[in-house]
Amino acid sequence: MRTQSVKKLFVPLLILTAAMFAYAPVAIQNAPYESTMGLVQKIFYFHVPSWFVMFSAAGVCGIGGAVYLFTGRKEADRFALAAAELAVVFGLMGLITGPLWGRKAWGVWWQWDARLTSALVMWLVFVAYLLLRKYGGVGSEKLSAVLALFGMANVPFVYLSVNLWRTVHPKTSVVMTLQPDMGRPFLLCSLAFMALFVLVLAARVRLENMRAKVDELYLSLED
Amino acid sequence: MRKGIRFAVLLACLGILAVTALAQQPPQPPEGFVPAASVQGQEKLPAAPLVITAYSVVWLLVFGYLWSIWRRIARAERDLSEVSRRLAGAQRR
Repeated sequence: MRTQSVKKLFVPLLILTAAMFAYAPVAIQNAPYESTMGLVQKIFYFHVPSWFVMFSAAGVCGIGGAVYLFTGRKEADRFALAAAELAVVFGLMGLITGPLWGRKAWGVWWQWDARLTSALVMWLVFVAYLLLRKYGGVGSEKLSAVLALFGMANVPFVYLSVNLWRTVHPKTSVVMTLQPDMGRPFLLCSLAFMALFVLVLAARVRLENMRAKVDELYLSLED
Repeated sequence: MRKGIRFAVLLACLGILAVTALAQQPPQPPEGFVPAASVQGQEKLPAAPLVITAYSVVWLLVFGYLWSIWRRIARAERDLSEVSRRLAGAQRR
């Protein structure tokens, strides 16, 4: 029943996401230049949404890990694994686009300040999660679930780091104070990225379910 | 007279030293703000390649990741049909 409803929603959401991504370049191009940074500030429209997805994936991974730890439900563990992979991919996007923006805006590719360092550490936690799942052997699920919780706990710390410490990175308030001409394309890109996140997570969870089914069938074949 | 010549030579040496020292000083930058038009061209970093690279990286990662999921799902489907076929064969026996 749940699988059927997911299948029904998948195609309309896929079409909507494709439409949003198709229109995104037009919206970004029509957005005005920022007064001090100029053209390079347009990286913002994909950079920040990629971090939104990374934070969401970290949250799903952490919650999945917690549910697996406390209830032992395998589905939750599969969700956590799928979300961890998304956290790494979208975090990598943010970690690459950020320095490209920073090179022009700050004059350097990287600064070891609170925001950039904590974001890198959080990304490395999810890389460690995936490595642990791949090479950790039997029982690594529980240890990686704890790691997922630790990764999720990093999210508010990374998000608020720009407000708590002095960093070169813009504060969180820039998003809330965006002018409508900049706010609309930003909202479009954020929605497109979040829709992409839902779609890719659904596909990735399906893959994990299929793998679990294959393992189950092999075990029954051996019996 | 000789004392005067010595003094003149000393003054000349000091003068030469002073001129040499001044000639070796780097040009002092002007004080205050400098208009952007007077900044040398090589100091300016073009933004367009950075923006193009950033968006290209995002699209490459998205399509690369989608392709990898599609490939893994196709492999899992093959494995699933293979194990189902073997299981059906084992049950017939």
